[in-house]
Amino acid sequence: MTAPAVQIRDLAVTFATDGGDVRAVEGVSLDVRPGECLAIVGESGSGKSVTAKTILGLLPETATVRGAVVLSSAADGAGSDGAGLDVVTASPSQLRAARGRDAAMVFQEPSTALNPVYTVGWQIAEGLRAHGHVPRGELKAAAVDVLRRVGIPDPEQRVNHYPHQFSGGQKQRIVIAMALALGAGVIIADEPTTALDVTVQAEILDLLRRLRDENGAAVILITHNMGVVADLADRVAVMYQGKVVEQAEVHELFAQPREEYTKLLLAAVPRVGEGRARAEARAATRPQGWADATPAVDAKDLTITYPGRFRQPDFTAVDAVSLHILPGEVVGLVGESGSGKTTIARAIAGLQPVSGGSLTVLGTEMNGVSRRDLRAVRPRIGFVFQDPATSFNPLLTIADCVAEPLVVHGRFRSPAAARGRVDELLEAVQLPRAYGDRFPHELSGGQRQRASLARALALDPELLIADEPTSALDVSVQARVLELFAELQRDLGFACLFVSHDLAVVDLLADRIAVLYHGQLVEEGPGADLLEHPREDYTKKLLASLPIPDPTAQRARRG
Amino acid sequence: MAEVLSTGPVGTAAAAPSHDPWYRRLPVVRQLRQAVGLQRGMLVAGLTLTVLFVLVAVLAPLLAPYGYSQLRSGDVVFGAQQPPSAEHWLGTTVGGYDVLSRVVYGAQTALLVVVAGIIASFVLGVLLGLLAGYLGGWVDRVLVLVADAIYAFPSLLLAILGAIVISKGQSNLWGGIGATALSITVVFIPQYLRVVRAEVLRVKGEAFVDAARVIGTRNGRIMTRHVLRNSVRTLPLIVTLNASESILTLAGLGFLGFGIEPTQAAEWGYDLQRSIADVTSGIWWTSVFPGVAIVLVALGVTLMGESLNDLADPRLRSRVRSTTSPAVEPVEAEPVETVETTPEAGA
Repeated sequence: MTAPAVQIRDLAVTFATDGGDVRAVEGVSLDVRPGECLAIVGESGSGKSVTAKTILGLLPETATVRGAVVLSSAADGAGSDGAGLDVVTASPSQLRAARGRDAAMVFQEPSTALNPVYTVGWQIAEGLRAHGHVPRGELKAAAVDVLRRVGIPDPEQRVNHYPHQFSGGQKQRIVIAMALALGAGVIIADEPTTALDVTVQAEILDLLRRLRDENGAAVILITHNMGVVADLADRVAVMYQGKVVEQAEVHELFAQPREEYTKLLLAAVPRVGEGRARAEARAATRPQGWADATPAVDAKDLTITYPGRFRQPDFTAVDAVSLHILPGEVVGLVGESGSGKTTIARAIAGLQPVSGGSLTVLGTEMNGVSRRDLRAVRPRIGFVFQDPATSFNPLLTIADCVAEPLVVHGRFRSPAAARGRVDELLEAVQLPRAYGDRFPHELSGGQRQRASLARALALDPELLIADEPTSALDVSVQARVLELFAELQRDLGFACLFVSHDLAVVDLLADRIAVLYHGQLVEEGPGADLLEHPREDYTKKLLASLPIPDPTAQRARRG
Repeated sequence: MAEVLSTGPVGTAAAAPSHDPWYRRLPVVRQLRQAVGLQRGMLVAGLTLTVLFVLVAVLAPLLAPYGYSQLRSGDVVFGAQQPPSAEHWLGTTVGGYDVLSRVVYGAQTALLVVVAGIIASFVLGVLLGLLAGYLGGWVDRVLVLVADAIYAFPSLLLAILGAIVISKGQSNLWGGIGATALSITVVFIPQYLRVVRAEVLRVKGEAFVDAARVIGTRNGRIMTRHVLRNSVRTLPLIVTLNASESILTLAGLGFLGFGIEPTQAAEWGYDLQRSIADVTSGIWWTSVFPGVAIVLVALGVTLMGESLNDLADPRLRSRVRSTTSPAVEPVEAEPVETVETTPEAGA
């Protein structure tokens, strides 16, 4: 057995903050061997990113690190005595030498990891220059070579292009190419696909797998997506509150999780096909003639354009989409970033003017709607925003925020008078009453999103629009919010437009699913039908790219 | 680190409201509790000088041995340019006034002018900035254009112009103070306008403003309840920095002869100007003391402003480094949802 590429022993990291010391990581010990992929999974705040950053010595000054992180040099025996380098005690110049050569990092957001004012070729060469093992004249050739290896077409031309001329997935490839150029023995990928669409995610995972198999690199994959873990990892370490609670081989972990927390985490992962029974139960309770009822939302050839900048044509975000939502029906709207799904949601809520076609919301035509009509229809619509961290006024307490719609529409005179109703609402979303006195930043993400749901439901809306309500949440939290959502929908019976990029999430809740691609409605139909018998190529591709959170099935599918 | 920032109170500390009693949340008090090391030293020094200045200004009638325009005590004339003595600790000026009394009363004038000027420019600037940022369109364009035009003038020149227009050359106490305060107001309004406008533009794009719009909140309520309160965070810093600038502007106006007549109020800049001729003839006390007063006050207020500025930025703020062993205390974790299993959720 080969020596580990990274050895972490009893690592503890503490941050000095205004609120006293925060222990981010405690007593973590991990090994990664060359040619192996270790996945570190856990919720946000579990210390997984901090652990990974310690390997490169990238922690800020406020951090205090104890323990040992030993990197064995990729350059075999070149000046090293075989003992490797302890990053914790290494001098800045030793660290600098080790970064890139021994270990490289792939960041979550590829667009911010590249410098926009230099060509990608220059940036790849920069790393080579810093470590100085390629002669000056051959730098460009080396850059072209790695670009070809990560699958950038026309590398000879593309090497002279700037980052903004590449797509998100290509940028991530370039970041990986930078790691590859130096032949890094360890690649730390910190949520490498979170910012990317599913179809692109599959390609990046493929690339990382090739790096591991062909170059024998050790890959440390940090993610909260169990599908990605099942797809790529050989071993999994589960972190919770700064500690490794379980470490096991990937098949074993998915088949027989030992720890309670791991079981919870796995159970929380949404799987395609789970929502079917619930949708059928809902369909059975519907009265006859329901399908002929006046729809809550009726879009006919809905077109929305954003005005182009000086001398540029207008950008069509939504192109002739026809869609309807019946009263009490949940419609899932799925699409990749830039497909126009959020634009449609905002248009229905009256936050985005409609440019063409017709959009009727609860009997009001939104194309050219007057301010007064819009005001009249607004109390009948609830809206849940994507990011619970920013959708609350940070200076108001949760109770004041939830009371806001009640006060604005004159149901109560002041937030204090509305407190009784606010408490009811908080209880409906399973938040303790006392949380009403807290400020938004004192709640966790899931709690905030539940409060957001309470605010959206304050006026008993007939229509609820949820714009990616769980994409900013951890899996375990997401599961509970979705559960609550389904419960509330059953009890209150509002119509709902549920926007998401995740087919599995939409499938859990929706009666019908509509798939958007580049502003056009590709396919639409009952959830079970659409997922089992997708008609359009794009839907098929979307389904195929979605990694299954089960290593055996995922590997079989990949072939 | 990003994760720690998002879960802990680190990144939000400057902005986040808390349940501390109100006196602990006051702008300066909170920072004083927060500061460590050099930043604390700067803040304490600045605060001491500033508090001293305010005390002297308020208690001037008690502290000063004579009035600011007094030329004789009883029948004894002070005499011009007398060196420091038991009767006149800091000597007398060329006009025959007591230097100590002039310096002490000067603090009063300076405080009045600065407070009046800052209150006026604060209120107007914030209001205009809010309107410009939130309404946008032509309102924004006109306001920013005017603000830029004012920026383009040297501020002292503008203040001189303002002083002449407002007081029309005459200078009694309130006229003089009013004119100087107003000219300071004109110079500083654009700063508040720009800062508030930029903040409003940022806040306007936040999701919680959309959330307010989507429930049908009227513009006026959005502006006051949601946007305004989230846009004025940085203003205490600008106020302190402006305070020192306006003291210098006031002194500059006085020095150039647009200040307040010596019979109406004591003013450091005016006294400095009158003492120019004394310097060459070895009479140092008439110029040194008003000069030192200006320097100390400006320094104190600037120190306070600069250290507040550093403390407001989590990247510049220094903290006590953690030295405790990680094993001593239990993990201080955020409430995590997976552990709280309510019976309803399980059912």
